[in-house]
Amino acid sequence: MMRHLISAADLTRDDAVLILDTAEEMARVADRPIKKLPTLRGRTICNLFFEDSTRTRISFEAAEKRLSADVINFAAKGSSVSKGESLKDTAQTLEAMGVDAVVIRHSASGAPYRLATSGWIDAPVINAGDGTHQHPTQALLDAFTMRRRLVGRDAGLGQDLSGKRITLVGDVLHSRVARSNVDLLHTLGAEVTLVAPPTLVPVGVEHWPCEVSYDLDGVLPKSDAVMMLRVQRERMNAAFFPTEREYSRRYGLDGLRMAKMPDHAIVMHPGPMVRGMEITAEVADSDRCTVVEQVANGVSIRMAVLYLLLGGSEPAATNARTEEN
Amino acid sequence: MSKILIRGAKVLGGEAQDVLIDGEIIAETGTGLSAEGAQVIEAGGQVLLPGLVDLHTHLREPGREDSETVLTGTRAAASGGYTAVFAMANTFPVADTAGVVEQVYRLGKEAGYCDVQPIGAVTVGLEGKKLAELGAMHDSAAGVTVFSDDGKCVDDAVIMRRALEYVKAFGGVIAQHAQEPRLTEGAQMNEGVVSAELGLGGWPAVAEESIIARDVLLAEHVGSRVHICHLSTAGSVEIVRWAKSRGIDVTAEVTPHHLLLTDELVRSYNPVYKVNPPLRTERDVMALREALADGTIDIVATDHAPHPHEDKDCEWAAAAMGMVGLETALSVVQQTMVETGLLDWAGVADRMSVTPARIGGAKGHGRPVSAGEPANLTLVDPAYRGVVNPADFASRSRNTPYEGRELPGRVTHTFLRGRATLVDGKLA
Repeated sequence: MMRHLISAADLTRDDAVLILDTAEEMARVADRPIKKLPTLRGRTICNLFFEDSTRTRISFEAAEKRLSADVINFAAKGSSVSKGESLKDTAQTLEAMGVDAVVIRHSASGAPYRLATSGWIDAPVINAGDGTHQHPTQALLDAFTMRRRLVGRDAGLGQDLSGKRITLVGDVLHSRVARSNVDLLHTLGAEVTLVAPPTLVPVGVEHWPCEVSYDLDGVLPKSDAVMMLRVQRERMNAAFFPTEREYSRRYGLDGLRMAKMPDHAIVMHPGPMVRGMEITAEVADSDRCTVVEQVANGVSIRMAVLYLLLGGSEPAATNARTEEN
Repeated sequence: MSKILIRGAKVLGGEAQDVLIDGEIIAETGTGLSAEGAQVIEAGGQVLLPGLVDLHTHLREPGREDSETVLTGTRAAASGGYTAVFAMANTFPVADTAGVVEQVYRLGKEAGYCDVQPIGAVTVGLEGKKLAELGAMHDSAAGVTVFSDDGKCVDDAVIMRRALEYVKAFGGVIAQHAQEPRLTEGAQMNEGVVSAELGLGGWPAVAEESIIARDVLLAEHVGSRVHICHLSTAGSVEIVRWAKSRGIDVTAEVTPHHLLLTDELVRSYNPVYKVNPPLRTERDVMALREALADGTIDIVATDHAPHPHEDKDCEWAAAAMGMVGLETALSVVQQTMVETGLLDWAGVADRMSVTPARIGGAKGHGRPVSAGEPANLTLVDPAYRGVVNPADFASRSRNTPYEGRELPGRVTHTFLRGRATLVDGKLA
């Protein structure tokens, strides 16, 4: 395994499958009455959040606590891009306090990479979302959800997503979730199609390992999973699309569109959902929609990542269980 | 001692000869000149060029003396072989009045390392709204002829038109930082394959090209002269080439870093590579080199942009844009243009001294290396190979993209009107 987790693109197929398999072990912990392993006892992990994200922070915090780590939450709220020294100085402060790992969320693309490579800090760095760049644990939990639903919970162990057809719909341009997913799903053997209005697709996308389409209806019948991306309402004012209604008509997922998908196909969303615009309540609340599972799986994936980066080579849950009992 | 004999120098890269400096001027050139009464510098086949002229330098004084001062900046210039630099107007306060340009001019005189020719702002406070007192700056002791809002584009077409027209009265030129502001909101790097992957805001080539296209047409319409700062894309080259073929009075500059570096380097997220305009692609780099060779791009200008360590030692988005360049410019040009066979040393002299001096009206600079001319000279050892170490810089700032990189060539001596400002690579 690598020392840091900065980008989904850095993961090999075997690394990624190892994380997914480890997450299955971790998921079993969640089914027990006492959801806790002693694996990271005595380790201190800092959740360094320069940008608000309640969901991601709570997910990491739950994962850390289930592994018995000591958790420090640092919320550096304020200006969207805080002055540079604050990242460096904060990192060095944490280093001096003997933090064993840093989970960082930052509005600036590349901030976690700088933190990991500038010599400011020695501890492993886990990217919890940076600007419009990457959100690797999100991609991993999405892949985990897909593998469970499309391959099978136990049948999936050791498997990747070869041959699965995944469609990502929405604001690809500003989405770190889309970038991470394209990288990871390609590594795992899936065929990825991006669907968005041309204004929300980045210049240079032709070099990504995926297809691009502007026609959602044409892609749906060939999709095993359709992942809706969040569209921020303020994009409308910047002329990325004319109106919310027009966006919804062309790229929103409603019951009629969902009916075009194969019977086994699932609907995903990284949350929070904008109901009515990108996804209708009918779709969001259907049993094909995996949003709630994705949240649960996020904890398992983050436990797996923390364990593999910090726990080293010892078995994760299997032996630990005897110790715990 | 007022006489200096430079013995065995390849003038503009030609046959070795001697050059005798007497006082402020070149007294004699030829072979076997008498060394009587003169200090002798054995050139040993080094290349002698007219002192370099930089049409685009940021000296940061007044206002940001923590980055650079006129003194430290001109010491860096002398180290890099420059005898004249044009100081950009984006200081604090902005150089938009006769008072500020005269202050910069006076500081240059006092420092004495090279001639400092202030550039005046086109608009008050670089705000793009109201013309600065262009005439008063021209009439001041600083004698300003080049005007630029560099760092910002004069994006209002009417203001640009008026500025172009107005400076015709005294032979001025508007140097445009071509950047369409709306197309570059939030821009962090070249828009393309790498920006898409890194999730950094894109600065599209068309934002530069559309302004250049507009401005050459404006210059044609009003019969004026426009200079394009730090041109960076293959498309810009095509527009300037077209404009020149049409007879439009346009000149253009390219920076050393745009001749060598590409946006692939941004993958490191190291802000030392953050610059405006941004590093472009390999295709752009090759087009810029060819255009400099064939004269479509007239000159090399450094865009020397010093920043203190703390403004670069941070995450990419928070970092300042710009890189220092005075002390490495000639080496980069040697590597990208001379060693590739695109330019000979006479061509280098033209692009880095003769033509920038002509565009900016720097009197006494960019002159032939011959008897009777001012002794503004630069001696270069092209055989030298060395690794760039920012700790050696005379500039107050260290934000070089070349740290640890081997570059060819080294300026050994610089003479400003017969007085050595650099001797054996050390400042005098």
